[in-house]
Amino acid sequence: MTTASTHWMRVLRLMILGLGALLMLFPFFFMISTSFKPQSEVFSAGLSLIPQQWAIIANYSKAMTRIPMLQILANGLIVCASIVFFQILFALPCAYALAKLKFKGREFLFGLVLLGLLVPIHAISIPLYATARYAGILNTLAILVVPFTLSVFAIFLFRQFIKTIPDDLIMAARTDGLSEFAIVWRIILPNAWPSASAFAIFSVVAHWNDLYWPLISVSKMHLATPPLGLLFFRAAEAGDDYGALMAATVLITAPLVLFFLFAQKLFIEGMTMTGLKG
Amino acid sequence: MTRTDPISRHENRAGLFLVFPTFTLMVLLLILPTLAVFALSLTDAELGSTTFTFLGLDAYSDLLSDRNFLRAFKNTFIYVGLVSPASVILGLMLALLIEAETDARGFFRSIYFLPVVALVVAMASVWQYLMHPSFGPINLFLNIFGITSINWLGSSDNVLPALAIIGIWQGIGFNMVLFLAGLTGINRDLYAAAEMDGAKTAWSRFWVVTWPMLGPTTLFVITITVINAVKVFETVATLTQGGPAKASEVLLWSIYQEGFVFLHIGTASAMAMVFIVVLLVLLLIQTRLLEKQVHYT
Repeated sequence: MTTASTHWMRVLRLMILGLGALLMLFPFFFMISTSFKPQSEVFSAGLSLIPQQWAIIANYSKAMTRIPMLQILANGLIVCASIVFFQILFALPCAYALAKLKFKGREFLFGLVLLGLLVPIHAISIPLYATARYAGILNTLAILVVPFTLSVFAIFLFRQFIKTIPDDLIMAARTDGLSEFAIVWRIILPNAWPSASAFAIFSVVAHWNDLYWPLISVSKMHLATPPLGLLFFRAAEAGDDYGALMAATVLITAPLVLFFLFAQKLFIEGMTMTGLKG
Repeated sequence: MTRTDPISRHENRAGLFLVFPTFTLMVLLLILPTLAVFALSLTDAELGSTTFTFLGLDAYSDLLSDRNFLRAFKNTFIYVGLVSPASVILGLMLALLIEAETDARGFFRSIYFLPVVALVVAMASVWQYLMHPSFGPINLFLNIFGITSINWLGSSDNVLPALAIIGIWQGIGFNMVLFLAGLTGINRDLYAAAEMDGAKTAWSRFWVVTWPMLGPTTLFVITITVINAVKVFETVATLTQGGPAKASEVLLWSIYQEGFVFLHIGTASAMAMVFIVVLLVLLLIQTRLLEKQVHYT
């Protein structure tokens, strides 16, 4: 191949990638631009991204006040952080036992884990809801967390990873007098950190986005997570006030997108690792 | 350690001690609820009423003649059929283009990945504006080329393709990074060897080396894409609520409506069982294909 033809190949490749990138960013451009525009301009204006009149303050103050925006973002953060914390707390000891210890019923338990991978929350939401209603814990932050404290996917993923940790390391810890419980948290956790953080990213992206369970279990505005909060905002909004709606979407999308932009490597590696293992 | 070693008492106790809390949680949050869904699906239970009768498999045979449910089933498969091929093929093409790039690789990878981390419900709202029949930028853009405005989400013919466009846009970046990971796993020497064996063009090297070596990755990507597409809910709940005229009624939306709006938890449970079976079939297909592939390589 000549240099000239490789050169033209590269130009063609960059053109395709560039055009595709514009298509991918197109919704983000219009989201931000429309959040700056007054309603009249949204209805009339053409494809101009730059507003003729600016309505930033009007749109964003609506977005902040129609729904308790900061509270909703805080709810999302608390719920996601709690879910990840409990998922790792419960999954890691179990995964360690499945990977490295021999005990009665190990194969059976692993079989249950594999079966559990098949059952999504959507399928078992009915008995979970009925039980929560009976127990009177609907409309609490706790009910947004409890059903997700067990992640069979986390057990599966951590088991795969812990299997690669050398037995000698564990033997040495036992010789030093560490209990199995201490080994999990002082030897396994630091060694499994890459897969734990990968799982954390995966879990946060999944639960930050989840609408199904919050929609069922919570009906109070002050308990809403970001997706549910946005549905409340849409319901409260009479007519097509797209300027304010876009301002709300900007505010609600921003936290995770900014987190991604600051920790791209962590995100992409995390999602890849969990994606390929799943 | 070998398989014939007797289980040491200490290890057995430690193992049981470590799995006990997790196992308890698994029984409470997974096993009992799954059994309960099956049990409820055999009854005419309704939420809020305390009495119910045992109906056996009646709910299942009713589903077979329930036009709404069949519609939801069909719509879900049309949606999967629209989203999966496009987002897998485009994801692969992007990965190949980005892999060949040097300086701009990280830049493009981040841009294409951005929709994966953007809140689905929020971006669905943005797409609703983009697809607005009269002042939506997409129609205004089409008008420039003399194409008349399309009623994207408001017409029963277009609503599934419109939702599929959002699904594809959301999923491409994830598929791309999975393919990129698969590509880095391919030994560079294979390309040189293929070239010596007569695969002179990049096109022929793709079919001789890249495509077969990517086999397992491709299978994973297809499975994940299909399973995620079967679970479509957020865009439907935000934008169309199954409409217009049930044209975007999908499985999870039907289960949600039946169980939590109409409170027919018997019927909704039967639907949920069907949903689990669909996922089971998809995973069995994947396992079978994976086994086949192992035999070939």
